[in-house]
Amino acid sequence: MERNPMRRQLQTLRKSLFDQGYLDDQFVQLEELQDDANPNFVEEVVTLYYRDSGRIILNIEQALERKPFDFNKLDAYMHQFKGSSSSIGAKKVKAESTLFREYCRSRNGEGCMRTFQQLKKEYATLRRKLEAYFQLARQAGPVETACRPK
Amino acid sequence: MVLLESGFSSPRNDVFPAGLRVLVVDDDPTWLKILEKMLKKCSYEVTTCGLARDALNLLREKKDGYDIVISDVNMPDMDGFKLLEHVGLEMDLPVIMMSVDGETSRVMKGVQHGACDYLLKPIRMKELRNIWQHVFRKKIHEVRDIESLEGIESIQMTRSGCDLFDDGHFLGGDDTTSGRKRKDADNKHEDRDLSDPSSTKKARVIWTVDLHQKFVKAVNQIGFDKVGPKKILDLMNIPRLTRENVASHLQKYRLYLSRLQKESDIKNSFIGMKHSDPPNNSTASFGLHKPSNTMPDDVLNGTYSFPMNNSLVQTVDVKGQGDRHGIASVPVAEPKGALSKDIPDSHKTKSSQMSFDHSLGSAASGVSFASFGSTTPARYSWTEIPEIQSKVEYEPVQPENGFNQLPLPEPSMIEKEVNRSRTEVKPLFDEYRSNLVGHSSPADLVDLFPVQSKNQTLKNQVFDPIFATKSSIKTKDISQNCLADSEFAQRNLNATGREVTLASLPEDLQIFWLQGDGYPMNIALQNFDFPEYNDPALIDETPFYSYDAPRLDHEHFFDPTEYYAIDQGLFV
Repeated sequence: MERNPMRRQLQTLRKSLFDQGYLDDQFVQLEELQDDANPNFVEEVVTLYYRDSGRIILNIEQALERKPFDFNKLDAYMHQFKGSSSSIGAKKVKAESTLFREYCRSRNGEGCMRTFQQLKKEYATLRRKLEAYFQLARQAGPVETACRPK
Repeated sequence: MVLLESGFSSPRNDVFPAGLRVLVVDDDPTWLKILEKMLKKCSYEVTTCGLARDALNLLREKKDGYDIVISDVNMPDMDGFKLLEHVGLEMDLPVIMMSVDGETSRVMKGVQHGACDYLLKPIRMKELRNIWQHVFRKKIHEVRDIESLEGIESIQMTRSGCDLFDDGHFLGGDDTTSGRKRKDADNKHEDRDLSDPSSTKKARVIWTVDLHQKFVKAVNQIGFDKVGPKKILDLMNIPRLTRENVASHLQKYRLYLSRLQKESDIKNSFIGMKHSDPPNNSTASFGLHKPSNTMPDDVLNGTYSFPMNNSLVQTVDVKGQGDRHGIASVPVAEPKGALSKDIPDSHKTKSSQMSFDHSLGSAASGVSFASFGSTTPARYSWTEIPEIQSKVEYEPVQPENGFNQLPLPEPSMIEKEVNRSRTEVKPLFDEYRSNLVGHSSPADLVDLFPVQSKNQTLKNQVFDPIFATKSSIKTKDISQNCLADSEFAQRNLNATGREVTLASLPEDLQIFWLQGDGYPMNIALQNFDFPEYNDPALIDETPFYSYDAPRLDHEHFFDPTEYYAIDQGLFV
């Protein structure tokens, strides 16, 4: 069936996300939580993440526009953002968050700004990849074809 | 296990840990969703909350609605540690902290504040699977506590030497007599269950507002610096409460206070007469209690001139919140030996109050305590205590006036008690009570409990215990008075169905009273066991004091003979 090639494609895409370090084990945890009661759990969580974290990104951007930098505030925002990113297993994004926080602690404004740009890039990249992944997953259909519920 | 099954109040006891009722608090919606799903997969019953404030409300509304709380450390509206403190103090539920930050210092802080575990995000489901162990562990400890509590009870019984004890009223196993009103309306303290470990439904000591009030009272009485679980436990005199319960509660309380201290202005003048508004200061209560020790000598001295001074009363108040009552009552007594006689008269008016004051030495002392508990609006709010104290103090020599004028913080609470108590003050007590009552109306014995200031709900509840404790005068000197007072207090408190531990208060009063000369009265009462007051039976009978003049005088509270002797002795 068509699903097979799609399934295979899906698996490959998924694997690459892990191999390339975009996602970590937390994502697998989410997948394991997905069940009949919540068949789209992973996608829901990711959507929720992007919605909520987008707000934090905005806050950080605004904070970075005010000079001098309020490093404590920036650190607090990033702490929040990092916690959120850990929920879906956004590995690269998390790494950038950690770096950003270190720059905050060492009061390195330049470092903060640079890191933040990088972070936004990773953030956007991951979003694209996940969106593609979910779209493919929907097209590929449910894995269990044998016992398809009526 | 039987314990397990009976341990949960929810219907899912038999399939523990399934059905564990978990409250998750996290401002991150993504995590909230994930945790909810994870916990559901563990077959737990989950409630989520995005705000700490909401979580506290939920917990307060349904006191027994949850078994365990999981909370994030960083939240916008409230620090996770603060929430942890509150939950620990008010509900005594196990709390697990979470954070993406795993720094040792943070983890340490969590543990210090009483968290039973600290999880790092990202959280795995397997970590959540085993959270039931914290609930189970607590239950086991509670059972142990109960067992040791029974041990304490038996000791108390021997100590008291009171008939009441013999009846085993205190054991709580038999709630016949007033049943130690632990089972009263807002009874959260499952004493009864506790006494029987095997059937312990909920072997958890719930720190109700009342209980906490007693606790704080005891702490204040002892003096915060010198406080120790054993001392507090003794003062509180609550059957089935263990030293461990108190110790852990004390730890939480200390944390709570230290945080409050940093936040608010603690006016040291509490003692002095400041009617500071303590609401937030737990310290307030502390301050109040300390007074007994810290009160300036003059104040004390001034007030003490018992035999005739109402000032005495005042001082007492200063001592501690509880004192307030005691003091009030004391002044009421007429110095004359015939206090008892006077009581009926004084009962009606303020002046009688005065007489009471005077008679402190004599029955009054006893009365004061009693009235203390009962009449006055004895509700001291912890926070307000300073006010009370101040009030008392400033009128060192106006027995009646002072007393009456004491602006009691919150009349509301008092009313409850007052109503009960006022009725019946028995000769001594009546007077005292009425006086107090009259005055007390304005008095708002608000919650002494500092926490209460934070939570209005707590406030009201806390009252009783505080007074009760205060009234219980254990020391010899005031024994007589104290007894009476404590009894009253107890009664009054009981009105609200709370256990009143009179024991704690008296000490302060006693100290004050002692200052005066010739307080023979004290002696007599001493023998009474304060724990008796805690006897539910006693407590329940609110009107006890009122109609029980004879009883009061003779039965438990003091030996009539002594009483008279005291009268004579007092009014030197």
